[in-house]
Amino acid sequence: MRPEVLNHGYKPVTKLLFATIRLFSGRALPDAAKLVFYRPEFYGDAAKRFTHLAMRGPSAWSVGDRELMAAVVSQANESAFCIGAHTATAAQAYADPARVRAVLTDLDTAPIDEGLRAVLRLLVKSTRAGTVGPEDVGQVLAAGVTRQQVEDALAVAAAFNITNRLADAFGFEVLDSGGFAAGAKFLLKRGYQ
Amino acid sequence: MGSADPQPPDEKRAAHRALVHSVLHGSGTTTVEQRAAAYENAAADPGLRPLLEKVAVGAARITEADFDRARACGLSDDQLFELVIAAAVGQSTRMYEAGLVALEEAAG
Repeated sequence: MRPEVLNHGYKPVTKLLFATIRLFSGRALPDAAKLVFYRPEFYGDAAKRFTHLAMRGPSAWSVGDRELMAAVVSQANESAFCIGAHTATAAQAYADPARVRAVLTDLDTAPIDEGLRAVLRLLVKSTRAGTVGPEDVGQVLAAGVTRQQVEDALAVAAAFNITNRLADAFGFEVLDSGGFAAGAKFLLKRGYQ
Repeated sequence: MGSADPQPPDEKRAAHRALVHSVLHGSGTTTVEQRAAAYENAAADPGLRPLLEKVAVGAARITEADFDRARACGLSDDQLFELVIAAAVGQSTRMYEAGLVALEEAAG
């Protein structure tokens, strides 16, 4: 990662935790997980809490749907680490990698519910254009998505519009497919807190 | 609209506000003014601007050279850590708020 302090600037107790995880899992902790341990009172603690609520808190969207939203937002931001991480997590959550692949290849033709398609379109537009208007949200509501579901989806996008930017600015190391699969398993078991 | 939904438990928005507050006002190595400027994508320092503008729009194009330029204005790693995060949270928050306003207008 860059700047260098994100590689070596952790407290001794945190370094010991990283070493223990590496020993037991056989893998280094992904950079996304390391970052929240760096001066956690500034960013990590509050970021984990918000991200966990958005991704695992109460919502009519399933965990798979929300991981898919995270993957789609990451794709709109061209954030390589996060695309890999959340493609893998959505695929495991749905137990259906083909569906996730179809959405990321062509949202218009992917075999998903129209409400989910409409909300994913909204998130892509918001992420690419930086803003959306009432007519954009109106199309999502017209597809049968509730107001609360739109609000929940906007929270997912808010979390990943932060994380994607940090992943690319701080240069998170992109993992191989085994690394992303292991990370996905962890996120489905433990969430983001 | 909205009658079919239970009143949202404002927990997610409260957690988001707490994150913004931590980044803008929590203890740090930069001044609150520096962090506010980064958050608003309005940093004045010409060495810092390219990095923070890319954090807001085009983070995938950030390179080591952007960090080198920012360091050349005398900013430490910890200060860059804080200002990059402030810029990311600021941009995301503007998008989030625009979405919530659009939802309010569309749902009435």
